[in-house]
Amino acid sequence: MKKFRNLQCRECGRRFPAEAVYVCEYCFGPLEVIYDYGSIDISRDSILEGPLSLWRYKPLLPVHTDSPVTIGEGLTPLLRAGNLEKELGLKELYIKNDSVNPTFSFKDRVVTVAVSRARELGFDTVACASTGNLACSVAAYGKKAGLKTVVFIPADLEKGKVLGAGIYQPRLVGVRGDYDQVNRLCGELAGTFKWGFVNVNLRPYYAEGSKTLGFEVAEQLGFRAPRQVVVPMASGSLLTKIYKGLKEFEELGIIEEAGTRFFGAQASGADPIAEAVRKDEDIIRPVKVKTIAKSLAIGNPADGYYAWDVIKKSGGYAASVTDDEIVEGIKLLASTEGVFTETAGGVTVGVLKKLVENGKIDPELSVVIYITGNGLKTQEAVEKSVSKIEEIEPSLKSFKESCPWAV
Amino acid sequence: MIKVKIPQPLRNLTDGKDEVSLEGNEIGEILLELEKKYPGIKERLRDEEGKLRRFINIFVNGDDIRHLEGEATPVEERDEVSILPAIAGG
Ligand SMILES: [Zn+2]
Repeated sequence: MKKFRNLQCRECGRRFPAEAVYVCEYCFGPLEVIYDYGSIDISRDSILEGPLSLWRYKPLLPVHTDSPVTIGEGLTPLLRAGNLEKELGLKELYIKNDSVNPTFSFKDRVVTVAVSRARELGFDTVACASTGNLACSVAAYGKKAGLKTVVFIPADLEKGKVLGAGIYQPRLVGVRGDYDQVNRLCGELAGTFKWGFVNVNLRPYYAEGSKTLGFEVAEQLGFRAPRQVVVPMASGSLLTKIYKGLKEFEELGIIEEAGTRFFGAQASGADPIAEAVRKDEDIIRPVKVKTIAKSLAIGNPADGYYAWDVIKKSGGYAASVTDDEIVEGIKLLASTEGVFTETAGGVTVGVLKKLVENGKIDPELSVVIYITGNGLKTQEAVEKSVSKIEEIEPSLKSFKESCPWAV
Repeated sequence: MIKVKIPQPLRNLTDGKDEVSLEGNEIGEILLELEKKYPGIKERLRDEEGKLRRFINIFVNGDDIRHLEGEATPVEERDEVSILPAIAGG
């Protein structure tokens, strides 16, 4: 018995075979993998005995192979954030530090699944459209899988990101245009070339990898769900999949139902989902984006409606923060907890602070914040915010004179 | 005539064509022509109440019509209209 055979449209319910399909060909709605949960065998013990990577949750991931493409992704630290707790007046705060994955972002979770599925479906080439984190991840996993690897980026992408992807030696195609145009081009190409585009025609499989951020946090809390979570939102997919992960664990009896409340974090200037939550409207209006949090800069979020729905029905909320607040968030996390995150993490910390201050987050209940990417990837955002060098002569005298704070 | 780019999932209704040329002065009229010329396309673009489905995106020269005037957005000769699904992040 196979644990999945079909994809189903989230909008109209039509089913399709579990192949590489882009969207529902009837209504353009997103497709989701449908599992036969009755045939899935997973328990606390089987998880604890599993590999030390997210593949310990393989029964709930959409691949059949016994040899997935792995570089040791997942099982990242869940850190108790004592200093930040005091700073913000919270009782129990944890940081899920996903910036220490193989290519330094949570994208390795989705890409390990998508590339494994691509190989299983017989593709000899994997590809993606990206502005950074996804490019790095697809380049690394494509090479590890021994597949041809093509990464499409905007031609004027920052040097650091080109380096982070290019070092794996993929084909790196620079499109003269913005990210939206790169994305649309890849939509066209997926219809023309028989390639596996991880965020286009492999998206139903790809997105499922994010569930492991729900599974892992529950496992690391001793098989219990957090009461409140704060999740960064771009397309909104990550938040909906963390919700799905916790739900699956509840329904399979691996954890007790906890009624986790979901809080979404966006950057002002790219916050169509947060705007809809604030206005209490069920319409998500696309926006033209402008923010330093480039990894969250999506103006027309593909899973925005579903993220909105999870936030509303779980009793959560959403908020957005400015560029300055993002930088403050990055500094706050680094200087209290020793975790250096990229701009998306600054958004998450900034929104946590805001939601505690305005009373939306209950300070008495546990909170987990998801830190999804590494600070070394967005250095330009904090260049002016690091400690200044205090230069001295190599003598005790010079040190004492120049550094009066030393006592 | 206005050029309209047809996405892959709809091409089985346009005899495989990835681009069609249509007459009209605004997006609403262009869509009406498209629906007349290629039966079956209307149900794909619109819900039971006749509203454009929420996962259908229509662009005029690269701008989403929700940033413009919706179906009342004017179009002229040489404008390029495209119909596209939303794509996930990266
Ligand atoms: Zn559908």
